[in-house]
Amino acid sequence: MIKVTDLHKSFGDVEVLKGISTNQIEPRDVVIIGQSGSGKTVFLKCLLGLFDYTKGSIDYDDQKFTKLSDDQKRNLRSKIGMVFQGSALFDSMTIAENVMFPLRMFANLSESEMQDRANIVLKRVNLDNAQNKMPSEASGGMQKRVAIARAIVNNPKYLFCDEPNSGLDPKTAIVIDNLIQEITKEYNMVTVINSHDMNSVMEIGEKIVFLKNGEKAWEGSNDSIFKTDNEAVSSFVYSSNLFKKVREMYLRD
Amino acid sequence: MSYLHNIGTYFLMIAEMFRKPTKRSVMKNLILKEVDDLVISSLGIVAFISFFVGGVITIQTALNITSPLIPKYLVGFATRQSIILEFAPTFISIIMAGKVGSFITSSIGSMRVTEQIDALEVMGVNSINYLVFPKMIALTLYPFVISIAMFLGIIGGMAACVYGGFSTLEDYITGIQLDFIPFHMVYAFIKTLVFAFILATIPSFHGYYMKGGALEVGKASTVAFVWTSVVIILLNYILTQMLLS
Repeated sequence: MIKVTDLHKSFGDVEVLKGISTNQIEPRDVVIIGQSGSGKTVFLKCLLGLFDYTKGSIDYDDQKFTKLSDDQKRNLRSKIGMVFQGSALFDSMTIAENVMFPLRMFANLSESEMQDRANIVLKRVNLDNAQNKMPSEASGGMQKRVAIARAIVNNPKYLFCDEPNSGLDPKTAIVIDNLIQEITKEYNMVTVINSHDMNSVMEIGEKIVFLKNGEKAWEGSNDSIFKTDNEAVSSFVYSSNLFKKVREMYLRD
Repeated sequence: MSYLHNIGTYFLMIAEMFRKPTKRSVMKNLILKEVDDLVISSLGIVAFISFFVGGVITIQTALNITSPLIPKYLVGFATRQSIILEFAPTFISIIMAGKVGSFITSSIGSMRVTEQIDALEVMGVNSINYLVFPKMIALTLYPFVISIAMFLGIIGGMAACVYGGFSTLEDYITGIQLDFIPFHMVYAFIKTLVFAFILATIPSFHGYYMKGGALEVGKASTVAFVWTSVVIILLNYILTQMLLS
């Protein structure tokens, strides 16, 4: 469970996050949406501890992140999987080595046990034939799937995805969305996804948090987003004619 | 103020490098890879430069000895002193700041740009220890590179001297054995080890803390080369003052 209370983050004089609070985030998909520059990535990086926040608190299972010792933070981070926007695969390692990396660093497994575990997760993301490829030889969709495999290889409790669909064609984007959704249920994880891809949001956003100018402007589900009269959400979500029509049809039904 | 901030951050990075060490089995492989990338791959260029610069030092020394009262074996003596005291430890280190330093900055900087360092941090890996420590350990073999530079510099000088007709082989060998002070080798290797530390850490600092994209990686490499060279030159002066005067 993750709980965020009154989170502030400034870079110099510029306040990027202006007091964001969320309800308890339980094991399921949560999608953070908002325009570019709304503070989504900064919010995610604060959740991950990559940025120190200025004020507020983030609780992981009722433990305040800032109060944790270095060892406790390290222990917590070993329960976190992260899929970066650009995949962030280690380009000097093969796909299999990338996936085995968290195991090599933290698990006390033999080489064959690590290989077996990597095979299982690579098979889960349909990449069991690409083990010996280098990341540069893989397509964008494959790289995203490798990143997902690497994120889940250690059986994490939390999965964070920063714009997992960016740069992917719509069909591959749906494959990645479905994969994240299935894996979240299989592993019973808390999955937090940053996205501004509305297809993805409607597909997997059981819970949606909308950020605008560093503030939480709205929180709800993919069903309630059709009914909301929140001005900020409407202008963002229904900026395309397609979604306007989808909303009209939904409300008509 | 930004200089002070950078110096402070550099020393904090050094302290962080020794905290939360990476698993021994992983670190062993990282060190071996860095030995290959930083030390073994530099041997060719170091050998080439040392041999020919040794030759040039000899020719210039020989051409400047115009008095018939100065014995010919002093050509070998001057070549040995120049190479052991200054050329091999300092001049080669400046070249290595360009070759190895820019490689370190650009490789770590690229990892920063592509969020690979963030990925390490999220996994709970001490990224500074993982990335910088193996480079520092690998460069403890740097005196080995400098020994080769000294040897080939003297051999290059010998070839230029004998085949250029400046003195005989016997005179050159007499010169390089003349008044040899073993402490000069100690001095040279102390400098070399200090420069090795600088070569590993300053470029790493500029790569690790860089911000921006591909263009900034290039800029960071250039800045790293400049600062590594400046620090090497300054420390060269300080160490020479401390050890030889």
